[in-house]
Amino acid sequence: MKAGMIALHAIILREALRFLHQRGRFISALVRPLVWLLVFAAGFRSVLGLSIIPPYETYITYEAYIVPGLCGMVQLFNGMQSSLSLVYDREMGSMRLLLTSPLPRWWLLMCKLMGSTVVSIFQVYAFLGIAAATGIFMPLEGYFLVLPIMVVSGMMLGALGLALSSTIKQLENFAGVMNFVIFPAFFLSSALYPLWKLTESSRLLFYIASTNPFTQAVEAIRFALYGQLNLVALGWCIFSFCLFIGIALIGYDPARGSKRKGGPP
Amino acid sequence: MLNGRSKALRYISWPFHRPLLPCVRVLKLRQGRFIKLLKTGNSSPPAEALKVEKLHYAYGKHTALDSISLAVPQGAFCALLGLNGAGKSTLFAVLSGLLVSSEAGVFVNGIDLRAKPRLALGQMGIVFQETTLDLDLSVRRNLQYFAALQGMSSKTAAIAIDRAMDRLEIRDRASDRARDLNGGHRRRVEIARALLHNPKIVLLDEPTVGLDPASRAAITDHVHALCAEEGISVLWATHLVDEVWPEDNLVILHQGKVLYDGLAKTLGNDGSMSETFLDMTAATA
Repeated sequence: MKAGMIALHAIILREALRFLHQRGRFISALVRPLVWLLVFAAGFRSVLGLSIIPPYETYITYEAYIVPGLCGMVQLFNGMQSSLSLVYDREMGSMRLLLTSPLPRWWLLMCKLMGSTVVSIFQVYAFLGIAAATGIFMPLEGYFLVLPIMVVSGMMLGALGLALSSTIKQLENFAGVMNFVIFPAFFLSSALYPLWKLTESSRLLFYIASTNPFTQAVEAIRFALYGQLNLVALGWCIFSFCLFIGIALIGYDPARGSKRKGGPP
Repeated sequence: MLNGRSKALRYISWPFHRPLLPCVRVLKLRQGRFIKLLKTGNSSPPAEALKVEKLHYAYGKHTALDSISLAVPQGAFCALLGLNGAGKSTLFAVLSGLLVSSEAGVFVNGIDLRAKPRLALGQMGIVFQETTLDLDLSVRRNLQYFAALQGMSSKTAAIAIDRAMDRLEIRDRASDRARDLNGGHRRRVEIARALLHNPKIVLLDEPTVGLDPASRAAITDHVHALCAEEGISVLWATHLVDEVWPEDNLVILHQGKVLYDGLAKTLGNDGSMSETFLDMTAATA
């Protein structure tokens, strides 16, 4: 148990140090949501009308509406970036170092996930800080209440990345996954518009978006930022996490190697 | 000689559990032995640091390892010689638990790798063919990271790191980023890292690939010295005959099969060993 905690501390520290060393990654992690917030939202605020829907109790600006979605986007991109680094680590061999340490493999993968979640939460708070500096505030208690929810959503999105990375053989394949996973997940969610707007054009899209785990993560964050707990969204996030981590554990099972073609890992 | 009153007082004043103490000691001893048995699988160290029995591994229909058996005695330097594609890296992947073979017996210091993978991995130090250092971290940070993955406390790790860096003569580079090191020094760091947790056996998968002749010779000499002076068992995979010393144990692997297993000097000196190796591999090509 003690050895596991020492490893957890080391892996989180390493993820944080890597993130701090990669300044470009930090800047791009902040610039991406800020462009959406300060440019996209400014252009669309007059086009998209919003009715009063929970958790809001009054009319809000479009910028305020998309902040939770952009928090989710930061975590989604971080989860994918983290899995990208896993593919890179595997190609470069440093993943082997992790997997050959005398600790349970599931624990090592959980440590990796927790490391990436800590980094994503740091990014979200930096984004919320800049949003507040530009005049977009959330209720004060929301900044604290959102923390445990972001742990769950970060772990879930990280587990999705982990599951994807276990199926990707080469770094080049990852670009395709970005297009086929990130963009559909983001646009088929309530990050940029409430889901009821989708029903006006397509009922099917509405159902797909409703079951999208990213939608549930965004809704859980949205409610938490306004001091409320969305149990359905949280439960959906936990269920999705269990599903994705299960796939990842199967994907990283060494016994699977004998069923595949090719050379040594 | 105690009289009856004294005897009675003795039993009254004595704690009642005292007569049970010998039994408790026996139980504790047995418990300790039982734990030791669980940890090592045997009370006395086995003759082989690594033993592989009838290891078979296939990628789909392609057989990479065909019923391999080999053993590395305690404190021995065993060279695993084979051409590219002989199956060395697959063998290393199985030995390090990255791949699992259902038809193998791999014993590390007597511990069955399949039954107790974590205990077995704890007995091994591994140097992979590709560099596995985090290039953005310093040498010390890289070593600290690995020590933590082995579950070593920071205090124990600090002592082990200093010792390992001294062994490999890289202490003056402790604060340098791994990216700033040349290939030879990176390899030294990786070997130092593999030795941190005092493994019983060190596996090195073509550790001199990409190094200049001087660095290659230095690394080869260093690992041979570790083996001779500190009694660490070594399995050294290579495709270069000049890295094999006459006193080394030698296993020649070709197309997933063991062609030779014995002392290197039996095959001849440097020149004739190289010829014999090429003849053996050409004959079965």
